[in-house]
Amino acid sequence: MLLLIPVLFGVTVFIFGITMLFSPIERASLYVRSARQMGQLPQIIATYGLDRPFWEQYGTWLNQVFHGNLGWSQVVGMPVWDAIWHFLPATLELAIFATPLIIILGIFFGTKAAAHKDRPVDHATRVAAIAGWSLPTFWVGLVLLMIFYGLIRGFLPPERLSHPMNLLVNSADFVRYTRINTIDAILNLNGAVFLDALRHLILPVVTLTIVQMAFIMRLMRSSMLESLGKGYVLTARAKGLAERVVVNKHARRNALIPVITVSGYVFAGLANGVVITETIFAYKGIGWWAANAAIRLDIAGVLGFALFNAVLFVIVNLVVDILYTRVDPRVRLGGSVQ
Amino acid sequence: MSDWKFTARQLVKNPLSLVGIILIFIFVIIAIFAPLIAPAPAYRDPYLIPRDGYSATPQPPSEEHIFGTTEGQYDIFYGVIWGTRSAFRVGLVVIGIVVAIGIVLGSLAGYFGGVIDEVIMRITDIFLAFPALILAMAIVTIMGPSLRSVMIALTIVSWPSYARLIRGDILQVREEDYIEASRGLGASNARVIMRHALPNAIYPTLIMASLDIGAVVLAAAALSFLGLGAPEGYADWGQLTSFARNWIVGPSSDPLKFWYAVTIPGLFIFFFVMGWNLLGDAFRDILDPRLARR
Repeated sequence: MLLLIPVLFGVTVFIFGITMLFSPIERASLYVRSARQMGQLPQIIATYGLDRPFWEQYGTWLNQVFHGNLGWSQVVGMPVWDAIWHFLPATLELAIFATPLIIILGIFFGTKAAAHKDRPVDHATRVAAIAGWSLPTFWVGLVLLMIFYGLIRGFLPPERLSHPMNLLVNSADFVRYTRINTIDAILNLNGAVFLDALRHLILPVVTLTIVQMAFIMRLMRSSMLESLGKGYVLTARAKGLAERVVVNKHARRNALIPVITVSGYVFAGLANGVVITETIFAYKGIGWWAANAAIRLDIAGVLGFALFNAVLFVIVNLVVDILYTRVDPRVRLGGSVQ
Repeated sequence: MSDWKFTARQLVKNPLSLVGIILIFIFVIIAIFAPLIAPAPAYRDPYLIPRDGYSATPQPPSEEHIFGTTEGQYDIFYGVIWGTRSAFRVGLVVIGIVVAIGIVLGSLAGYFGGVIDEVIMRITDIFLAFPALILAMAIVTIMGPSLRSVMIALTIVSWPSYARLIRGDILQVREEDYIEASRGLGASNARVIMRHALPNAIYPTLIMASLDIGAVVLAAAALSFLGLGAPEGYADWGQLTSFARNWIVGPSSDPLKFWYAVTIPGLFIFFFVMGWNLLGDAFRDILDPRLARR
């Protein structure tokens, strides 16, 4: 837990250090909201102390960050902090559908491959995994769109909702509890919106899953192989347990531990993946916003997004560590894992 | 040396790694003979794709443009052939620098331990706290989009993991008798690291690192696709793919009308990266002694 603080400190110094590559005037412009305000640059420099020494400025900057002031994102015309909260629900919706798919399918195929080592299933999943992580995410998205939106006309469209549904969702009759479309649709008992949201989610979720699943699959395979070679598996087999029980109960449960330790990587993979996926499908989440900010040189937006992701990633890794000690009693009791 | 022969035989025997070797070989040939396969127009930077007019709509494959032209009449065949050279350049430069940084910092941290180790490792912690592509994207945005920025950004985001890997390798051999012996004979630290620790510690890591060229090229292509990489018209697979973004869906009479613009550049990225990954997968099995004996 305490290790978290130096890392977060380093991350903020790093991000702040990047902004220090610019002149005070350029840094002041990161807070400018309109053309009219450009005339007030000297005041902004004074307010934020942008001509002071490094550490003093860092203090002011960090204080602003703690108060939610990360600057002004020009591409969307709102403060960076507001932009993050505005676009986050859409991305969460993607993650809610993609993460379980990635993990469950990865574990399933990884187990299958290990249980049938060097047999056709193993070879097929190996080729699929290598192909999966060699695929450019953006290209998979384009090809899927070409087939399911072009060839099968309008079947699985880009964006988050079709136009009439979008109007309905933003009308007074529809309460936006979470701004996660599928959940809001359920809470509003609106089946049409739910189905429409789902239809728009399929392609981005499939794109993310195809590319990210490979990693879990391969890891699960090698972890299972290790686990299947252990004494307790031999014992279970000797007891005459069915092979299905040996694999699914005895071997798999123990093989899951390494998979838990890499869930941090799954988060990183998704965070990287949504930038590309959302851009292709014009799916307006934080990834879409960040990619647009990057292209239009909206530096406040890009740095705010990077900082947000780093903080989230550090927290995810902490949670993973805690989870890990819960799952594996050997770690909890202070012993070492092999 | 028989070790290497054994490894080589294993790689050729395994059909998957054989396919990988063949794929990489084909791309090496394409890169070397690019000027013969797709002759560059005279007096022009050969990396700039020649255009045939300025109309937006991609044109289907023809005798003159065997893969067709993409948005803006850039010749797809010329682009993917010279794009192979761009890919190798990005991959080799980034991996070369990253491995050099990794070896220096990793062996310093691993060999000396203590404060040096602590400082270097805490710095890697900071870099590894960011999802890689997002940090790379931020760095490119700061430096201004260009192929050079992409290479610098990918170097900055990749070096920490190599420094850590090599540190771990050095830690494993640090207490070996032969290291102790050479130190006892009065060898300097530099000599011990260069002549004894590194050669015994890092070959597997070096091999794995060199096979990461595929991953580097994939990340570079993603940045180029977003419009943060090569300038417009530069022979680059990621950018060629992004040209097709407005042409995913053809007219209703022929929905797949622009398939060549959408699929061809992406296929080149895919096969290039796949070649390295196939080889990498086979190496991982060979180098992982825990799995080898099973």
